[in-house]
Amino acid sequence: MPPVPRTRLEGWSDVPIKLPSFRPRRDAYPPDLWTKCPSCGEMLFNKQLDKVLRVCPSCGHHFRLSAAARLDLVLDHGSFAERDGGLESEDPLGFVDQKGYPDRIAAAQLATGMRDAAVWGTGLVDGRPVAICVMDFGFMGGSMGAVVGEKVTRATEHALAERIPLIVVSASGGARMQEGTLSLMQLAKTVSALERLRAAGVPFVSILTDPTTGGVFASYAVLGDVNIAEPNALIGFAGARVSAGTIAQELPPGFQRSEFLYEHGFLDLVVHRSALRDEVVGLLRYLVARPQPVVEVIEGEPLALPNFRPFSFLTNLAERVLPPESAPAAPPNGNGAGPGTPPTPTPSTSGPRESSTSPPAEEAPRG
Amino acid sequence: MVDRILGRGRDATAEAAEAADAVTAALTDPKQITWARVQLARNLRRPRILDLVGAMAEEFVELHGDRLFGDDEAVVTGLARIGDRRVVVVGQQKGADTEENIRRNFGMPHPEGYRKAMRIMELAERFGLPIVTFVDVPGAHPGPESEERGIAEAIARSIGLMSRLRTPIVVVITGEGGSGGALAIAVGDVVVALENAVYSVISPEGCASILWRTSDEAPTAALAMRMTAPEQQALGVIDIVVPEPGAGAHTDHAETARRLKAVIVEQLDALARVSLDDLVEARYRRFRGFGAFREVDATPPPPPERPGLADRLRNLLDPGRWSGISSIPAGRADREPPARDEV
Repeated sequence: MPPVPRTRLEGWSDVPIKLPSFRPRRDAYPPDLWTKCPSCGEMLFNKQLDKVLRVCPSCGHHFRLSAAARLDLVLDHGSFAERDGGLESEDPLGFVDQKGYPDRIAAAQLATGMRDAAVWGTGLVDGRPVAICVMDFGFMGGSMGAVVGEKVTRATEHALAERIPLIVVSASGGARMQEGTLSLMQLAKTVSALERLRAAGVPFVSILTDPTTGGVFASYAVLGDVNIAEPNALIGFAGARVSAGTIAQELPPGFQRSEFLYEHGFLDLVVHRSALRDEVVGLLRYLVARPQPVVEVIEGEPLALPNFRPFSFLTNLAERVLPPESAPAAPPNGNGAGPGTPPTPTPSTSGPRESSTSPPAEEAPRG
Repeated sequence: MVDRILGRGRDATAEAAEAADAVTAALTDPKQITWARVQLARNLRRPRILDLVGAMAEEFVELHGDRLFGDDEAVVTGLARIGDRRVVVVGQQKGADTEENIRRNFGMPHPEGYRKAMRIMELAERFGLPIVTFVDVPGAHPGPESEERGIAEAIARSIGLMSRLRTPIVVVITGEGGSGGALAIAVGDVVVALENAVYSVISPEGCASILWRTSDEAPTAALAMRMTAPEQQALGVIDIVVPEPGAGAHTDHAETARRLKAVIVEQLDALARVSLDDLVEARYRRFRGFGAFREVDATPPPPPERPGLADRLRNLLDPGRWSGISSIPAGRADREPPARDEV
C-alpha cells in the first residue's frame, strides 16, 4: 500500500508528497549518532563513546578530545578559570590561498566555538593549583600561531610568577603557515619562557596527544620535566609525506607513534586516557616548585609580624620570646643557677631573687 | 635615418621594446621576483659558512663531535678570529658537489649536528666568546634516524639554550632559512641576512602541497609567506639586510664575505658594550614580542550551531537526508589527518 500514488489520485496536490520513512537504509547511519572506529571498524554510539572518554571499548583506540573535554578530564570538576579568552589572531601577512586567512579563522571559530586553537587558565588537580594550557586539534589542525604561542607563554609566565606547576596538553599539526615566520618565532617565544621556568625550578608536565607534530613537538611539547603521551598517538617532527618526499625511504611500522618515542627515550610514560588524571595527580605530588630563596622576606618577617600568635603561643614563647629576654637575663643566670636551670620554672623564679643582689641594673626591669 | 627609411630601425626598436617589456614584466611581477630570490638562495655556488669564514677570518679551527653520538658534517662549528675578535662560529654547510653533498647530507643536520652546535655554544659562554651563526638549511633531516635520535628535542633544546646564553649572538642568514632547522641556531641578539636569503616556516613546496594541493604552486606560496629577506625585515624578524654584489652572492664570494664581515664586526662591537644581563633580557623580550594578535572582549563567541528541535524534526522527516549518506562515516570529516608537513 504505497501512499504516494493515492494522494496523486485524489488530486488535492500536484506536488508529490513524500511521507516520512522511519526505516533507515541499512548502509547509512546519521553521523551525529554513530562513529566508526578507524582502528577496528566497530560502530560506536556517540553518547556511549563520550561516557568512556572517547576511547573505543573494543580496541582501545583513543579518539581526539576537544579542549573542553580535556580540561574536564584532567582538572577537578568546575575548577577551571579561563584567562585571556579574548585573544584573536590577526593577519600579519595578508595571507590568501584558496581562502583568506581571516575567513579561515572565522570559519574555524564558527565550527568550534573557540577563538583559537588553545585555551589557558588556572585550575585544580586534586586540590593543587596549576596553570594549564590545552590545545584543540579541531581548530585549524591545532596549528600554532601567535595566539597559541602567546597563551602557552602566558601560562608559563603565570606558573613562574605563582610558582605552581604548568601543564600543557598538545594536539597540533605544527606551526601555522598562514602566519609565516611569525609563527616560527612562537617556538622561540614559548621555549624561552620555559627555560626561565626550568631555571626557577617550577615543574612542567607535558601531555602529548594525537597528533603532536612539527613545530609544537619541536618546542614546548618535548621539553616537559615529564613527558606523558596517550597510546598510539602520532608524535613526530617531520610529516610522513615530507620524509617520503625528501629521502625516498620506507618508513618502519609504528613510526612516530607514542610507543616508538617511548622506546627511543623521549617519553616518560604512555598512559591510557582513563589513567591520565591519576598519573598527573601522582606526579604533582613529587614535582613541587622548588622553594624560593627569599632572603629579604625572611629578614623582614620577624619585624613585621607581632610576637603573639594565638595557636603557636608556646613555640613562640620558646623560640622567639625567650631568646631576647634571656639575653638580659643571661648575666643573672650565669651568676647564679647556671645554664641548665632556665627550663624549669622554679629556678627561674628564684633566679631573679638571687640576681637581685649582684647586678642592680638588670633588677629594675624585672621588678 | 637610412635605417628608419628601410624600416629596420622600427623593427629593431619594437623588438627591443618587447624584450624590455618581458624583462620588466618579470621584474615587476612580485611572484617572479620572489621565486627568483628563492632560486638564488638555493644556488649551488652560493658561499657557505666555510667559504665565508675562510674569507673573513684570519684564523679558523674547526671543532668536531657532539660527545654523544657522532659528528654531523652538515653542521660546522669552530673557533675563529675575525678582525682581531675571537669568536665561535656555528653554521650549516651544504656541499659544493654531489660527493660532498652526500657527506654533508645536503646541509640537512641530524640531531647530533644540533647537539654539537649546543656543545660549542656552551663552550663559547664558558670562555666568554661571542657567537656568530651562519644559517643555510633547507630544513632539519626528516628521516627515521633523525626521529629516533630526537631531532625535535635537539632543536627545542638548542632554541632554549640560545635564549639564555650569557654571551652576544649574531645570526647571519646566508641562504635558506628553513623552519625549525634554521631557528635552532638562529636565536640571537641581532639577525642579519644577505639580500637574497629567505626565511620561512615551511618550504614553499611543502606549503603549496598542503594549501594548494600541488607543489607546482610553490612560487605562489613563496609570495604569500613573504619569505624574502627585505619582507622579513619589514616584519621585524630580520634586523639588517646586507646587499649582495653583482647578480648575487654566488658571483663574488670574497666581496660577499667582506661586506658581511663589516656588519658582523660592527654588531659584535655594539653588543660587547651591553651588559650580559641586559643582553639576555633584551633577547628574551625580542622573541617574547613576536606575533600579531589582538585582545577582544572575552565573551565567548557563539557556540557552534546545533540544530534546534524544529530543525531536528524536519531533518528526521526528510528521507533524503539519510539516503544521501553513501557510506558509514569514519570519524569526523573535519578531523582528517593533519597537515603534518608544517614545522
